[in-house]
Amino acid sequence: MTAPEPPRKLPALTPETEAFWTGGKDGHLLIRRCTGCGRYQHPPTPLCPVCRTETMEPAPVSGRGTVRTFTVNHQQWLPGLSRQYVFAAVELPEQAELYVFSNILAPPEAVHGGMPVTVCFEHQEDVWLPLFRPENTPETPDAA
Amino acid sequence: MRREDYPEKQARITGIGQSQVGRPSDRTSLQLTLDACLQAIADAGLSVDEIDGLTCHFGKVTEGGGISPVGTIDTMLALGIRPVWTNPSSAEGPGHMGAIFQAIMAVATGLCRHVLVFRTVGQARARLASRASTLLTGSRERVDGGNAFFVPYHAHSPANMWALYARAYFDKYGVGAEQLGWVAVNGRRMAAHNPNAIYRTPITLDDYLSSRMISTPLRLYDCDSHIDGSTALIVSHKDAAKDLKNPPLAIEAMGMSVGGIGEGLHEGDFTAIPATRAGEMLWKRTDLTRKDVDCAQIYDGFSIHVPLWLEAVGLLDPGEALRFIEGGTRVALDGELPLNTSGGQLSAGRFHGYGHTHEACLQLWGRGGGRQVRDAQTCMVVNGGYGYGAMLLRRT
Repeated sequence: MTAPEPPRKLPALTPETEAFWTGGKDGHLLIRRCTGCGRYQHPPTPLCPVCRTETMEPAPVSGRGTVRTFTVNHQQWLPGLSRQYVFAAVELPEQAELYVFSNILAPPEAVHGGMPVTVCFEHQEDVWLPLFRPENTPETPDAA
Repeated sequence: MRREDYPEKQARITGIGQSQVGRPSDRTSLQLTLDACLQAIADAGLSVDEIDGLTCHFGKVTEGGGISPVGTIDTMLALGIRPVWTNPSSAEGPGHMGAIFQAIMAVATGLCRHVLVFRTVGQARARLASRASTLLTGSRERVDGGNAFFVPYHAHSPANMWALYARAYFDKYGVGAEQLGWVAVNGRRMAAHNPNAIYRTPITLDDYLSSRMISTPLRLYDCDSHIDGSTALIVSHKDAAKDLKNPPLAIEAMGMSVGGIGEGLHEGDFTAIPATRAGEMLWKRTDLTRKDVDCAQIYDGFSIHVPLWLEAVGLLDPGEALRFIEGGTRVALDGELPLNTSGGQLSAGRFHGYGHTHEACLQLWGRGGGRQVRDAQTCMVVNGGYGYGAMLLRRT
């Protein structure tokens, strides 16, 4: 599935979010994790929400996940944005209720709650945008 | 603290006003604000000079697609008043109701006697200038803050986010569009009796089911409509409220909470919102129970907010709300819990929470006309998708 048009508007990188948006450069989904208690936190915050200490470091996760809930967008919000696409909350297996929002690279009718997915990355400028595709599908841009 | 010392027990609502709704309006946002404010002041039986506090939700925002085009200073100058205290509430507070809570605190502390609270939106006109102005996308080259986790994925609208809640709610509780659609159908039925509603022609469930899909499972009729308009109310100290025009309305209890949804941080499994904490707070502050609630004005920026809020504020049990609303009988004017009697935001237009409070007061003062709930003594009103406010209002 090609990226919907118009081009994606990219995120600003901050000291807290940079690892998440650039980990794909080395093929890793990086989620900040407390070096003390092991707690993951996303979206990232400077302090561990449990320890309240500055002990959060980007840590690679498995890249696997489960579609917790999703929506198929139909509305053309911007000119040229005509194609239906799936926006989802993916729950990572590393911690309960640890969610990453993303697009699912699959035909909308194939997506369902509980669906296992795997991360892949779309590189634009200095961002490697984490996207997810159904588990056990080849990582090709036109898989959908 | 003794319950009778709670701040909300010191406050009364003494007047309400609402401008004419427009899509777009031919009056400026400041004119609409003054329309609502002067109406509320007159409704209370006050003179303009008796207003000694002024707040709104939220402060003036010159960009942002008309989300808040008029601030307290504009209004103060235009009214020619010299309040001892002005301060708008923040989008980071407990939802749209934050300004009302501030007004309650201002009178409870003795700082003010009569606080004018308003909420003005100019989104219909803003969208004429730029259709994208009300999206999350923003005008900067890169997107930051919480929106950075949505917009790069072409989730440009809060509709995309709340669709996630609707899908999860449907999946967990085995309900669907045939149930959710009744929120919209009920709103339109009520709006037929509201002369200031933006949409007044009744719709059927079939109309709902055949309406355009926005972001599954949310359809056109699941989304509220941008309008130009303003709502105002007067929050008075109980001692200053006694001899005014209207029987003062008591704020029996209030509840407030905030969460992380706007920042991309979600609690739970997308079938409940952090408004639960506002509900718990509210019920700890009163001896009344949900059986005492005569009608409910429940925030409906999107239809799915209604079941989420009804359950969060404890009027219905988790998973029960859409079955309760289905068919429309139990939420009708003569039902167990008359719901969104102005038409809500879905049909009356996005007065952004304040239409709900306006309607709650109107019902308790018996001015509902064709949509009056018979002998309404208490009304629950709740606002917010990202921050949460709830009040249980009652006649005195």
